[in-house]
Amino acid sequence: MPRPGDGAPRAVTLLPGDGIGPLVTGAVEQVMEAMHAPVYFEKYDVHGDMTTVPAEVLESIRRNKVCLKGGLRTPVGGGVSSLNVQLRKELDLYASLVNCFNMVGVPTRHENVDIVVIRENTEGEYAGLEHEVVPGVVESLKVITKFCSERIAKYAFEYAYLNNRKKVTAVHKANIMKLADGLFLESCRNIATKYPGIKYNEIIVDNCCMQLVSKPEQFDVMVTPNLYGNLVANTAAGIAGGTGIMPGGNVGQGHAIFEQGASAGNVGTEKQVAQNKANPVALLLSSAMMLRHLQFPSFADRLETPSSGSTQEVTDAVIAALD
Amino acid sequence: MARRSLPLLRQLLRSPKPRESPPSAQSRRSVTYMPRPGDGAPRAVTLIPGDGIGPLVTAAVEQVMAAMRAPVFFEKYEVHGDMAAVPREVMESIRRNKVCIKGGLATPVGGGVSSLNVQLRKELDLYASLVYCFNLPGLPTRHENVDIVVIRENTEGEYAGLEHEVVPGVVESLKVITKFCSERIAKYAFEYAYLNNRKKVTAVHKANIMKLADGLFLESCREIATKYPGIKYDEIIVDNCCMQLVSKPEQFDVMVTPNLYGNLVANTAAGIAGGASFMPGGNVGQEHAIFEQGASAGNVGSRKLVEEKKANPVALLLSSAMMLRHLQFPSFADRLEMAVKRVVAEGRCRTMDLGGDATIQEVVEAIVAALH
Repeated sequence: MPRPGDGAPRAVTLLPGDGIGPLVTGAVEQVMEAMHAPVYFEKYDVHGDMTTVPAEVLESIRRNKVCLKGGLRTPVGGGVSSLNVQLRKELDLYASLVNCFNMVGVPTRHENVDIVVIRENTEGEYAGLEHEVVPGVVESLKVITKFCSERIAKYAFEYAYLNNRKKVTAVHKANIMKLADGLFLESCRNIATKYPGIKYNEIIVDNCCMQLVSKPEQFDVMVTPNLYGNLVANTAAGIAGGTGIMPGGNVGQGHAIFEQGASAGNVGTEKQVAQNKANPVALLLSSAMMLRHLQFPSFADRLETPSSGSTQEVTDAVIAALD
Repeated sequence: MARRSLPLLRQLLRSPKPRESPPSAQSRRSVTYMPRPGDGAPRAVTLIPGDGIGPLVTAAVEQVMAAMRAPVFFEKYEVHGDMAAVPREVMESIRRNKVCIKGGLATPVGGGVSSLNVQLRKELDLYASLVYCFNLPGLPTRHENVDIVVIRENTEGEYAGLEHEVVPGVVESLKVITKFCSERIAKYAFEYAYLNNRKKVTAVHKANIMKLADGLFLESCREIATKYPGIKYDEIIVDNCCMQLVSKPEQFDVMVTPNLYGNLVANTAAGIAGGASFMPGGNVGQEHAIFEQGASAGNVGSRKLVEEKKANPVALLLSSAMMLRHLQFPSFADRLEMAVKRVVAEGRCRTMDLGGDATIQEVVEAIVAALH
């Protein structure tokens, strides 16, 4: 039973991004229009080789609180720091979520995959603190704090609680990085005691990778620090059918940015751009998550999964399947 | 002299004797070599049974070696993961023999004891860790055409072990990358590819985020690549790499990585090829070599595996075959590998990790019976 005024259209910041980004965000716009969904987009052009995210873009996201984006291509090597990471840090989007699951009609080698990877998004190996001690010797700092570890663990258990999930697995390498990952584990264990109804266990990250590719059905919700989360999410997305179809997003206390879940290939190749053959499913499913976030569940439900084809064909198929 | 050795050289180059990769299951070596007198003298090898299923699988190796009457004898030493340091006599033994074979050492999680596995590698400067992941006929997997060698830097990177608590609740962990170590691991990778007739080396990195550290690693790889124009070289970001591994593993050949990514990539590759308990590997440095189960996951095993004696010895047996080649005993290595592959192909190695019930003794006996 909606409250009066709930149907008022919401503004959402839209960042097409680089590579296949504009193609897939274009697909989302088309589908939203076809559904007459109560959202309208404020589009901004951001490219991975800009030095920082433009101030007007940040203001827009702060105002709208919700953003949908394509991939931003980060140059490899020295120079520009990643805009994806910048966005997450500025808005303190401390949790990155990727939902990897077998979709009907997508052939995979692994069955029974239903994994949610929740990854700490602001610290760890991505602190960006590196320096060259002497020529030819570089130190890179990995920072782990109790504060960030606790809040990501809390988010993971809360997610499991709200979504009727049975188990949370912490991924770590505390046998080698005893203090850093040890602190992460301690925080997870503390939070676990507050959720007695949810099972909690721990797994070392190398064993985790192997278990993911041999018995993925044993995993439910996984909570990880930054780097392992990146790798585990991409592996899980790969076994479930590919990162082109897995939804996800980044969320913080005040804001949320939805994008293709796992980061591999979210900018795509030139061939994909030239032939218009990018896969919009991941972003479409993420936009469904966004609709739920905005409290429009029935619109979210109406979005369905099409099979493969060119971007336009897929979009048309989705639109056709909407009713 | 050159004219006489040219045809021999040509033959060798055409069908190189690979050090690490096993020959096809059915072919017999057609070119025998002429040993020097005294080559058959038994060599001493340090043996560390280790923890958990370690003693079971190393015992399997001892049994098979004895059955083959291989010219090796083992100097056994007890080392456990919860010791503070590797005992000095063990280090001396390895330094003397130059070759060691070991089971897994269980490293306690959390503060306190530092990993003995890592200690061994650092003390002996075993800077390259090698895992060979390939589809074994008879081993059911979801992925075909897997033939990947993961070469991982073994001494620095995230495993520098330099951590400290800045203030309570804030920890810094240092990841150290140096040009020296990056260059030598890249050199080892290309040399390996060259000697084993491999076509491509892929560097795995995350230099879009860790620009200086992984940037330095990449630079070193690129420099070394120019010295091997016959071998293709490319680079892949580690998250994309993980996804490609599980969707199209056939694109990878030799992979060179820093320490942490190498650990994860090796275990993932081992997993898709059939499981870490089948894949051989070892750690090698300028002077010494330690052979063990390739990828580290599960090399200590669970209590159930130990009690019911159902550990899988294939990884360590294949690693001991690598060791025999390293010691210049190729025909023994060939016999061992063929026997192991025959047993796996005939499905007589259905240990617990394959969902079966065989005990390790049954598997070893099958392998011994398959030796000619």
